[in-house]
Amino acid sequence: MSILVQFVIGLVFGLGLVIAGMSDPAKVLNFLDIGAIPTGGWDPSLAFVMAGGIAVTFIGFKLVLRRSQPIFGGKFHLPTATDIDARIIAGPAIFGVGWGLAGFCPGPAFTALTTGGSAALMFVAAMLVGMAGARWLASRPAAPVAVTPRG
Amino acid sequence: MTATEFTPVASLLGGALIGASAVMLMAAKGRIAGVSGIAVRLLPPYADREFAGRLAFILGIVVAPLVVLVASGVAPVPTIEAGPALLLLAGLLVGFGAVWGNGCTSGHGVCGLSRLSVRSLVATLTFMATAMATVFLTRHLL
Repeated sequence: MSILVQFVIGLVFGLGLVIAGMSDPAKVLNFLDIGAIPTGGWDPSLAFVMAGGIAVTFIGFKLVLRRSQPIFGGKFHLPTATDIDARIIAGPAIFGVGWGLAGFCPGPAFTALTTGGSAALMFVAAMLVGMAGARWLASRPAAPVAVTPRG
Repeated sequence: MTATEFTPVASLLGGALIGASAVMLMAAKGRIAGVSGIAVRLLPPYADREFAGRLAFILGIVVAPLVVLVASGVAPVPTIEAGPALLLLAGLLVGFGAVWGNGCTSGHGVCGLSRLSVRSLVATLTFMATAMATVFLTRHLL
């Protein structure tokens, strides 16, 4: 039951992306193209997607988090980190360059798997490799451990 | 580049659906609807037993365009202008950066900002800035 519910929740997310026009990288790139504002080529739609998403989530989270636990049990997993470290700048900075190069972020890359042909498949494969690489790098010890020579 | 039409109503509505999905995932499973965070946990090693649920969520996103096709008769075909080499490079950067920064447009941009997280605000402003700079460079300077 929980699995089916999560499928439907993902479907709502994907439908939101498609209805919002965000499944089309051209629309995303035209939002990011602030240099096109003077010539009328700028598409502000993405700002409206974020406004709609944040309005619903802001109110919805407040209501949901009044409950003692999620419907399917367990606990609410909310991020607890608050420090502004190098990773919270470097990660998004790298992410943004990739986003600006092709117009795909992870959600729209997944909706493109059914309609975007081999181009979408290539992007998603590379994205998963990048994700695995970042997780591997993050899981290594923070500082190199000194090795005492055997002797 | 391909011209696109400004769609304030559809985009606001679609955004609201994305928000509704985020609220439902929090209500059902107590999880942030961050696509990169969910996707990276589909790869081993596994820290918990939530694999099937995460796969179901991602599959829901994947099949959404087919549901739109069946309902409207029109397939929402994405306009992909980047060539293979650029797509591979962009994919690597998007995947690496999203996991290195603990989130992407959904996790930081929608869920994080809705929680008034300063980290998510910094992340969102940063990726918006570098994405806009990248598009400016590739479309207007190179």
